[in-house]
Amino acid sequence: MSRLAQLRQTLAEQPWELWTRQIAAILRMDLRKNFLSRRGIWIYLLAFAPVVVITLHSIFDRADPSQMHTDTEVLAGIFQFFYLRFGIFFGCLGIFTWLFRGEVIEKSLHYYFLAPVKREVLLLGKFAGGLVTSVTLFGLGVLASFTMMYAHFGAAGQYYVFSGPGMGQLLAYLGVTALACIGYGAVFLMLSLLIKNPIIPAALVLGWETFSPVLPSLVQRFSVTYYLKQLCPVSIPTDGLLALFTVVSEPVSTIAAILGPIVLAALVLALACKLVRRFEISYAAE
Amino acid sequence: MSTVLGDREQVTGNRGAQPFAMTSTSPVRKDSNDRDRIVLQNVSKFYGEVLGVNRVNLSIPTGVTGLVGPNGSGKTTLMNLITGLIRPTQGRLTVLGISPDCPEELFRKVGYCTQFDSFPKGVTGFSFVYNTLRLHGLDDHESVRLTFEALERVSMTEAANRKVAGYSKGMRQRIRLAQAIAHHPTVLILDEPLNGLDPMARAESLELFQALGKEGLHVIISSHILHEVDKMSDQVILMSSGYVVAEGQIHAVRTEVKEHPMQILVRCSDPNLLASRVFAQDHVVEAKLVDDGKGVLVRTRDADAFYLLLNQLVVKDNISLETVAPADDDVNSVYQYLIGSENKTI
Repeated sequence: MSRLAQLRQTLAEQPWELWTRQIAAILRMDLRKNFLSRRGIWIYLLAFAPVVVITLHSIFDRADPSQMHTDTEVLAGIFQFFYLRFGIFFGCLGIFTWLFRGEVIEKSLHYYFLAPVKREVLLLGKFAGGLVTSVTLFGLGVLASFTMMYAHFGAAGQYYVFSGPGMGQLLAYLGVTALACIGYGAVFLMLSLLIKNPIIPAALVLGWETFSPVLPSLVQRFSVTYYLKQLCPVSIPTDGLLALFTVVSEPVSTIAAILGPIVLAALVLALACKLVRRFEISYAAE
Repeated sequence: MSTVLGDREQVTGNRGAQPFAMTSTSPVRKDSNDRDRIVLQNVSKFYGEVLGVNRVNLSIPTGVTGLVGPNGSGKTTLMNLITGLIRPTQGRLTVLGISPDCPEELFRKVGYCTQFDSFPKGVTGFSFVYNTLRLHGLDDHESVRLTFEALERVSMTEAANRKVAGYSKGMRQRIRLAQAIAHHPTVLILDEPLNGLDPMARAESLELFQALGKEGLHVIISSHILHEVDKMSDQVILMSSGYVVAEGQIHAVRTEVKEHPMQILVRCSDPNLLASRVFAQDHVVEAKLVDDGKGVLVRTRDADAFYLLLNQLVVKDNISLETVAPADDDVNSVYQYLIGSENKTI
C-alpha cells in the first residue's frame, strides 16, 4: 500500500464525527464565556472605539464627496495602524492567551482535561472559540467603521461602495481581519501554553512584528503582518518611521499572502498541540 | 492487592525512626491482569526538588480502596497521576490497561471528583453535569437523561437549575460527584469526597460508594476520616511523606505490623480465669479485664496461637464465649502504628 493510500486510510478511520461534536460542545461553552465575560469589556472597546470616532466625524464634519478619497485613506490608516497593529493584536492577546491560562487561573481547566477529549481536539476547539469571538468582534468593528465612514456621504458613498471599489475594500478588510485573528490567535495560544505571564508574549510578538521588516526577507515570512500588509486594499502614503508599518520590501503573490498566515498558524498550532499534550494541572503554582 | 508494608529506609529517611520493621517496597504482581487493575510501576513525581510521591508500586483491584495519609502525604498527587492531570517524573502507570496519556480512552472509563472547589463561571448544577456529557460527544437527549440520572443519585435534582455559585459546600461536593459518575465510569476516583457533607449526606454518600464498589467498580477514595474509610473500604493504601507505607486489606495489613501486639477482646463467662490462663503464654504481652468486668483485652504477638489456645481453654475450662473480636484491626489503629503520632493533622 502506498504512503498516500495509508494516509488516506488512517484519516478515514479517525472519529471525525465525534471530534466535530466535541468541538461543537467546546465552542458552545467557550463562546458564552468569551462574549459575556465582564473581563472582556476592554476588547469590545478596542473593537468599537474607531466606530465612535468615525461616527463623531460623520456627525460633525460636512459630507463633501470630494473628501471621500481622503476619508478612504483615513480609514485605511485606521485599519492598518489601529486595528491591525493595535486592536486586533491586543484583542487576540486577551482572547487567546485566556483560553487556557484563564481556565488555569479560574481553576476550571481540569474539567476539560477530565473529559474523554483528545488534547489536540480540545486545543482546536478552544482555538475555534477564540477565532469566532475575535473575528466577530473585530469584523463587526471594521464593518461598522466602514459603514459609518461612507454612510454620511449619502448617494455618493452608496455609489462608491456598491458600484465602485468600496465593496472590494470592505471584503479585503474583513479578510485581513480574519487572517490576522488566525495568525495572532495561533501565536498567542501557543505562547500561553509556554509562558504564564501574557505581558511577555505580547512584548515578544510586538517586537518581532514591528522590527521584522528590517530583517532579511526570508525571516520576514515568519511574521503575520508581512503577509497582511500586502493584502490591505488601500495603500497609505507614509514617510519615515511609519513606512516600517506599511511598506513591503519583497511582496509575494496574493494567494501566497493569504496562505502565508494560514500555514504559519497551522505550524504554530501543531507546536501548541505538542505542548498541550504535556500540559499539567498545577493550580498551586499559578 | 497484595498486603505489603513499605520500605523502612524510605520512610525513615523522611520522618525519623519507626517502631516497626518494614519489608521492601511492594513489587507489582507479575500475574495481575493490567486490563482489570490500576497499575503503578515505580512511579515518582517531583515538583522541582519537592517530593510528590516516590517509587510507588501498586496494583489496585476492583472494590473500594481507601487512600489514607496526612496532609501532604501524596494522596492527591497519586490521584492526579492516575488521571493524567500531572505526569510522572519517572515510572509507568496504566488504568485498566490504558495510559493516562490517552484521555480520549481513559475518561470513558474513569470519573474523577477532584478536591478543587472551583467551577466554570455562571454554571448551574444541571449545565455543569450536562456540559461534561456533551464533551463526551453524547447528543442532547442522552446528555439530559444521564444528567438527571446522576443528579438524582446524589439527591441534587431540586437544586439542579440553581447557579453553582449559590450552593453550599456540601452541594458543590455532591454536584462534582454527580459529574464524576454521570457517564457510568468503571473507575471512580474521589478526592476527599466527604468534606463539607452533613451527617445525612455523608451516610448517603458512603452507601453510594459501597454500592458502586459492589457493582464491580474500582472506587478509590481519599479521606481524612479514618473510621469512614474503615467502614467503606475493601482495601487501604496508607501514605506518608510521598511513600506508600502499607497497602492491602486492612486485617492483613494489621497482621503484618508485628511490632505492635494484636489486641483481641474476649467477652466470656469467666474473664478472670481466662486472663490468668492466657497470661502464662509467652506470646501474650498483656491480659487485662475490661471496665465492666465481663471481658478480657488480650495483647498478643501471635494471634493464631492465641486463637488456638482459646479453643483449648473453652473445652478444658468450660468457659463459654460471648464474643471474640480484634480490638485494633482497623484503619485508625493501623494508621497510628504505621504513620504514628507525628502526623496529628489527619
